[in-house]
Amino acid sequence: MNWYGVAAIWRFEMARFFRSIIQSIVSPVLSTSLYFVVFGAAIGSRIPEIEGVSYGAFIVPGLIMLTVLQQSIQNAGFGIYFPKFIGTIFEILSAPLSSFEIVLGYVGAAAVKSLLIGMIILATSFFFVDITVKHPLWMMAFLLLTAVSFALLGFILGIWARNFEQLNLVPLLVVTPLVFLGGSFYSITMLPPFWQTLSKFNPVLYLVSGFRWSFFGTADVPVAASLAAVLIFAGICLAIVTWIFRSGYRLKS
Amino acid sequence: MSDIVTVENLSKTYDGGFQALKNTSLSIRQGEILALLGPNGAGKTTLISTICGITAPTAGHIQVGGHDVVTDWRAARKLIGLVPQEINLEPFELLINTVRFSRGLFGQPPNAAFIEKILEDLSLADKKNARIAELSGGMKRRVLIAKALAHEPRVLFLDEPTAGVDVELRRDMWQLVERLRADGVTIILTTHYIEEAEAIADRIGVIRKGEILLVEEKTKLMQRMGKKTLKIELRAPIDAPPDALSEFDLSLADGGQALIYSYDAAGERTGITRLLASLQSCGLAMADLQTSQSSLEDIFVDLVQESAA
Ligand SMILES: Nc1ncnc2c1ncn2[C@@H]1O[C@H](COP(=O)(O)OP(=O)(O)OP(=O)(O)O)[C@@H](O)[C@H]1O
Ligand SMILES: [Mg+2]
Repeated sequence: MNWYGVAAIWRFEMARFFRSIIQSIVSPVLSTSLYFVVFGAAIGSRIPEIEGVSYGAFIVPGLIMLTVLQQSIQNAGFGIYFPKFIGTIFEILSAPLSSFEIVLGYVGAAAVKSLLIGMIILATSFFFVDITVKHPLWMMAFLLLTAVSFALLGFILGIWARNFEQLNLVPLLVVTPLVFLGGSFYSITMLPPFWQTLSKFNPVLYLVSGFRWSFFGTADVPVAASLAAVLIFAGICLAIVTWIFRSGYRLKS
Repeated sequence: MSDIVTVENLSKTYDGGFQALKNTSLSIRQGEILALLGPNGAGKTTLISTICGITAPTAGHIQVGGHDVVTDWRAARKLIGLVPQEINLEPFELLINTVRFSRGLFGQPPNAAFIEKILEDLSLADKKNARIAELSGGMKRRVLIAKALAHEPRVLFLDEPTAGVDVELRRDMWQLVERLRADGVTIILTTHYIEEAEAIADRIGVIRKGEILLVEEKTKLMQRMGKKTLKIELRAPIDAPPDALSEFDLSLADGGQALIYSYDAAGERTGITRLLASLQSCGLAMADLQTSQSSLEDIFVDLVQESAA
């Protein structure tokens, strides 16, 4: 294992994060606060409790998930896309690093960044709503698994993308809608039966549901199903990443 | 001397179907400076990129320090440093951090003193805390060299290191190359400044259209291919070389004021003594004599044109 190499990538990526620390932290905190004000306080006060939890508290796990998903994809995607774009990727490709080590560096940094932001949002939410986390270890586990698997997805997108538009396309057109329709801001039991069934095909539902269970002990789908869904998703992403490096897809000419 | 890099029957066809390297073989000796010359698009960068693992070979084998670059890539790559032709650097990062990054990437533990020394050697020390975007073009090229040297490579590839570099800096770079060679580092450089190759290389390789035309010791090559000329300035101008001198390869120059005699520098007998004696017997009075030798540049142009014909 080339640990110095992994650490070098990791540090370089974290430096990018801290260089723009204001942007990296202020913007997610600000947008989350807006959600709390609009959904939690303004609209939420007119919505009855869901499964014994006030609406303001109910949306906290969904909000954290939304941000962690977006940040993981964005950070990892940009992290590998940018060197490709400016040409510094040659150094990574010529270094004595295995594909696993490269992924560990980029995906590790992206996951840590989004975990940090997730924790900051959780801390912010304490200012707005009264909330206790029932299973903190499970919460961390779900957050970590989600951060890692979506950072893997971001990494794949970053390698696949040929321009910045493509880089933003999938998060915008696929991921964000899935998050909004995945029960982040409501329980799918509130939906008509047809939509409930359809929602079960949305992978994000399993993430949000499992994550919310770790907070309140209630879930839309069984926790085991949530865990299985995250693991399967992470497995698929890993398989794609492995294939990318085997074939040199969009990395080597 | 043993070979540190061996390239055997290497071919590279790019995805578009263009064949940039055709069954190329090359041996690079431990500790030498090899200059690769060739016109634009000859395949120099492709050859280097393939050795360094950036481009996948279509066929053939490459070994660096006895390690196959495909099957034993980790050991092979640790030995290699690469200064690419294009200036590719992360613009927002600090100079010193990008150099440290390179060292780490190649699996070396941090060594602040060593990094400082490299920056000193490349006259970058006073800029170490500047952002890359704040550096001049020549400085950026030096940063690329610093990055390539950061992990103490044994084989250094310099792909046109002196393009766009001022004269003074170019001399500094040659000195650096000399010092590295003294430390036992093998250096492969490509350049379009032939006098650069002439000044620092031990061996010259000429590549054209994906094929290596020759690899030869510089001095031997210049002897073998080089022509020497003797210029004889005359007291009084003449219309044509006298018939009595027709056995010599003579031409008229300076409006009949001088004769040019070309001879083979590698030949056993130059014929100069005989020529001079014959001139006397023809009654031609000499004012001055001057010899010159064709440069590597002339040889290179001849070679590339010859093979194009
Ligand atoms: N990624 C690529 N895809 C397709 N063709 C390529 C690619 N890279 C290089 N080529 C082609 O391969 C040939 C050799 O290119 P290469 O960059 O190796 O030349 P070079 O000898 O380094 O030239 P120069 O002196 O201009 O740097 C050229 O015809 C070039 O167009
Ligand atoms: Mg080139």
